[in-house]
Amino acid sequence: MRTRWLAVVRTPLGAAALLLMVSMVTLAVLAPVIWGDRAVQVDTDAIHHGPSAAHLLGTDGLGRDILARVLVATRTSLGLATLAVAIAVGLGTLIGTAPSVLPRRLGRLITGAVNIAVAFPALLLALFFAVVFGVGTQGAVLGIGLAGAPSFARLTQTLSASVDGLDFVAAARVAGVSRFRILRRHLLPNIAEPLVVNATVGAGAALLAFAGLSFLGIGVQAPSYDWGRLLGEGVNRIYSNPAGALGPAVAVMFAGLAFNLLGETTAAVVGGRARTRPASAPGFAAAAVEEATGGGHTDGSAALENDVILHTDDLHVSFPAAKEWVTPVRGVSLTIRAGEAVGIVGESGSGKSLTALAASRLIEEPGVINAARLDFCGIPLLTTPERETRRLLGRSLAMVFQDPMKSFNPTMRVGRQLAETAVEHQDLDRRSALARAIDRLHAVRVPAPARRARQYPHEFSGGMLQRAMIGMGLMNTPRLIVADEPTTALDVTVQRQVLRLLADVRAETDAAILLISHDIAVISQMCDRVLVMYAGRIVEDLPVAELRTARHPYTRALLDVVPGLDADRTSPLGVIPGRPPEPSQFPTGCAFADRCRFATAACREEDPLLRPSDSQVDGDHRVACWHPVDGDRLLAQQSFVPIEAMKAGEIGG
Amino acid sequence: MASLVVDPSTPSAAGRVLDSPWLSFTLRRGARFLVSMWVLVTAAFLMMHLVPGDPVRAALGIDAPADLVASRREALGLNDPLLTQYVDYLRNLLSGDLGISMGSGEPVGTMVVERLGSTVQLALLAFVVAGAIAVPLGVAMAVATRAGRRRGVELVFATSSMLAAAIPEFLLAVGLVYVFAVNLAWFPVAGAATLSSFVLPVLALAVGPTAILARIARVEMLAVLQDDYIRTARAKRLPARRIYLRHALPNALTATLTLGGLMLTTMVAGTVLVENIFAWPGLGSRIVQSITAKDYPVVQAIILIYGGLVLLVNLLVDITLALLDPRSTIREA
Repeated sequence: MRTRWLAVVRTPLGAAALLLMVSMVTLAVLAPVIWGDRAVQVDTDAIHHGPSAAHLLGTDGLGRDILARVLVATRTSLGLATLAVAIAVGLGTLIGTAPSVLPRRLGRLITGAVNIAVAFPALLLALFFAVVFGVGTQGAVLGIGLAGAPSFARLTQTLSASVDGLDFVAAARVAGVSRFRILRRHLLPNIAEPLVVNATVGAGAALLAFAGLSFLGIGVQAPSYDWGRLLGEGVNRIYSNPAGALGPAVAVMFAGLAFNLLGETTAAVVGGRARTRPASAPGFAAAAVEEATGGGHTDGSAALENDVILHTDDLHVSFPAAKEWVTPVRGVSLTIRAGEAVGIVGESGSGKSLTALAASRLIEEPGVINAARLDFCGIPLLTTPERETRRLLGRSLAMVFQDPMKSFNPTMRVGRQLAETAVEHQDLDRRSALARAIDRLHAVRVPAPARRARQYPHEFSGGMLQRAMIGMGLMNTPRLIVADEPTTALDVTVQRQVLRLLADVRAETDAAILLISHDIAVISQMCDRVLVMYAGRIVEDLPVAELRTARHPYTRALLDVVPGLDADRTSPLGVIPGRPPEPSQFPTGCAFADRCRFATAACREEDPLLRPSDSQVDGDHRVACWHPVDGDRLLAQQSFVPIEAMKAGEIGG
Repeated sequence: MASLVVDPSTPSAAGRVLDSPWLSFTLRRGARFLVSMWVLVTAAFLMMHLVPGDPVRAALGIDAPADLVASRREALGLNDPLLTQYVDYLRNLLSGDLGISMGSGEPVGTMVVERLGSTVQLALLAFVVAGAIAVPLGVAMAVATRAGRRRGVELVFATSSMLAAAIPEFLLAVGLVYVFAVNLAWFPVAGAATLSSFVLPVLALAVGPTAILARIARVEMLAVLQDDYIRTARAKRLPARRIYLRHALPNALTATLTLGGLMLTTMVAGTVLVENIFAWPGLGSRIVQSITAKDYPVVQAIILIYGGLVLLVNLLVDITLALLDPRSTIREA
C-alpha cells in the first residue's frame, strides 16, 4: 500500500492533488491567525472600493478587505464541508449496514426508503432539510449531511452485499458468528477503502453544496461568512467590482478541485491502476511483411490448385503486453480445400482460436497479424485493401462462435441480425432479406421461424441460438465455415444437434469447415484432418483415420485422456501433467519438452520443424518432434479410445 | 375449418400486448412511482410541521398582532388535528389546490404554475444541448481511442472533461456573467426576455453534465466494443458505420441513458442556483425568496413540484430504457 501511495504521488495528478490539499489545509489553519483581524476591520473611508494595492480584491460594504475575508473563510468553508460529509458518511454507513443486522422486514423497509431518497438530487434534499432545521449554519450542515446520507447508505449496501456473498463471510455465518460481529469484523473493514474514496469526493460535493446554499442566502448568516456568502455579496456588485466575485469563486473552485483530485488519486491507489505498453511492433514483423509483399507471393499463388479455400504460410499473431510483444501464434501453416473439414485441437492457450480469428482477418488492433501468406479463395488478404475483400469475406466466410448467448446483439431482433448480412452483401432489400432469414432459420431447424425471427436473442435457448448463428452463415453461400468451439457453451444433448447440423450443412453446400475444439473426440467425429496445436505451433497434422498412429507425444497424451465407454470408472480421469507455457514465456526448443517423458537435452535446444512423418509414404502426416512415438509399439500399453468406436457411438445417434 | 385453428406461432395482437414483459414492467414502475409520490407528498406535508417554532409567526414576523396570527393559523387549518390536516392536504392536492401564500394570501397554484414553464424550458434545453454534444463526442472518442489508440487524444479528453465536470454550475455561471455579460456585453445578464438571454443560463447548466455524460458515453462504448456480438458484426463484414451506430450504440446508450436521466434530475436542482444568478423568472428564484421570507406553503409546493419532476424523469427513463433494451424488463423482475 505504501509503495502504491508513493508511486501515485509521483504522477503529476497525484502530486497536484497533494499539493493543493496541503496548501488548503495550511491556509485553513493559519489564515484566521494571520489575517483574522484584517478581515473584520471596518473602514468607513473605503466602502465598496475596487482593487487597489492596499486591497487586492477591493473592499465590501463596510470597507473590509475582501482578500483577507476570502483567505480567512477557508477554515469555515472546509470545516463545515468536513462536518457535513462526516454526518453523511456516519449516517449513511449506519443506514446502509442496518439491513444486515436488523430483522429482515425492517431491513427491507429501510432499503426501500433509501431507494426512494436516493432518486432525489442532493441539492433538493439539502434545501428541504435546511428549511426543516431552520435557515442558518446549523440547518445547512444538517441539511447537506442528511442529503448526502442516502447515497452513502446505498453505497454501503451495495458494497456489503458484495462482501456478504464472499466465502469467508458465509463461513463465519455458518459458524454461528453473531451478526454484529460479522458486521464489525468482516463487512466494515472490507468496505472501508471504497468508502474513503467516496467520502473524499463527497467532501468536495459538500463544499460546493455549502457554497451554493450560502450563496443563495440559506447557509451561513451574517456576521459569519464563508466563501459562498462572500460570492453572493460579490455577484451583487459584479459590474462595479468583478474581483470581489471572482476571488471567492476561484477559492471554491480550487477547493473543489483539490477534493476531486484527491478522490481520483485515492481511487488510483485503492484500485492500483497502472499502464505501460511496449514502444514498437515486434521485430520480426517488418521482415515478415516484407517477405509477404516482396517476393514469391504472386508466383506462389499461381502454383496453388484452385480448390484451395484457405492457405496460410508462417502465420504469426502478436499482441503488445506490459513491456514487449507476445506472440501466441508463431508460424502456423495450413491449407483447407473445398468441402474439407479440418479440426484444430489443443489445450486452452494453444493459440487455436487466435489462428482461426487471424485466418478470418478478425484480429483487431493492437493485435498484429504477420504471415508469409494468408490467402482466402486465392485472394491475398494481407495485401489486398480491406474494402476490396469485405464482400468476398462477407459472402464466403461464415463464423460460428463459442457462446451464442453473447454472440448475438441483445438489442436487435434475431431475424434482423440474419437479414442485415444479405442486405449488405447481396443488395437485397430489407423485406426480401428478412424472408431469406426466415427461410434460413427454417433450414437450420428453428421451429416457427417466422415468429422466432421477430424475437430477441434472450428469448432463444442456447442451442437454438447456435443453430441461428449457423443459419446466419448460410444467408450467403459460404465456402468456409469457421466454427470456434461451437458446442463448448452448450449442454451435451444440444451439442450433438449442433454438430450434426454442421455436418449436414457441409454435405449439402460443399462448404469447407474449420472446427476449433479442445475436445479431440468432437474433432474426430466431424473432421477429415486434425491439426494439433501446442504453444502457438502446429505440432502434428494428420488424417483423422490415422489418429491411432499419432506420433507426437502431445497428441498421444490428448488421446489418452479421453475416457471411453469401457473406461474403468473407479480410476480417476486421465490428465496431462503440467501446464502449457504462457505465450510470454515460450521456451527455446520444443515447448512441450517440460511435460514430455521422451524429452532429451536436444529437445530444449532447438525447436523441431513440422516435417512429413518418416513412417508415412504418402506424406499427409506431418509431425514436429525430435522423438516421435512409434504408434504401433505404444498401442498395446495405452488405453485410448478406438476412434471408430467413438465415431459410431456419437454422431450416429 | 382451417381458419378456426389458431396458429400458436401468431398470437392475437391483444394477447401479445398483455403478455408483453414491457407492459408489466411499466405497470410495476408506475406503482413504484406512485409510492414514491406518496412519500414525497407526505414529506412535503410534514415539512410545515417540522419547522422549528410557529410557521405562521415566523412568516408574519414577531411584530404581527396575535389575532392576525391566530386567524391565519385558522385559515391554514393549522389548529386541526394532524391527521385531519393530512387528509385535507391530500384532498386539496388531488383537486389541484396547493394552498395559499402566507405572505400575500394569493393561491400558491397560480403563483407556481406560471413559473414552472420557464424552469422546465431551461432544464430541458440544457439537457438537450448536453445530450446532443456529449453522446456523439463520447462515442467518437471511444472509437478513436479504442484499444489504446491515440493516447494523446485520450489524455486531452480525459483532462479537459474532468476539469469541466469539476466546475459547479453556479461558479461557471459567475464566470460566464463576468466574461460574456460584464466584459464583452454579448448577452444580457438577467431575465428571460429574449432568445439570447437563454444562452448563458443554458451554458452554465449544460457544461458539467456534458463533460460527465461524454465520459460515460465513451466508457460504455468502449465496453460494448469489447463484447462478443461486435465481433459477430465484424465477422459479417458490415461497414464500420453500421457496426458502431447500429450494433454498438444502442447497447452503449442504455447505461448512458440511465445516467443521463440522473443528469436531468440534477439539472432540475441546478436550475435553483442558476436561476438566482441570472434572475430567471422560474421556480428556483421563487423558492429561495420564499425560504428567506418563510412563506412555507410556497416552499412546500415548489419542493413538491421539483420532487415530482424528478420522479417523473426517472419513470420516463426506465420506460425508455425498457424499449431500447428488452432485457432490462427481465433483469428487474
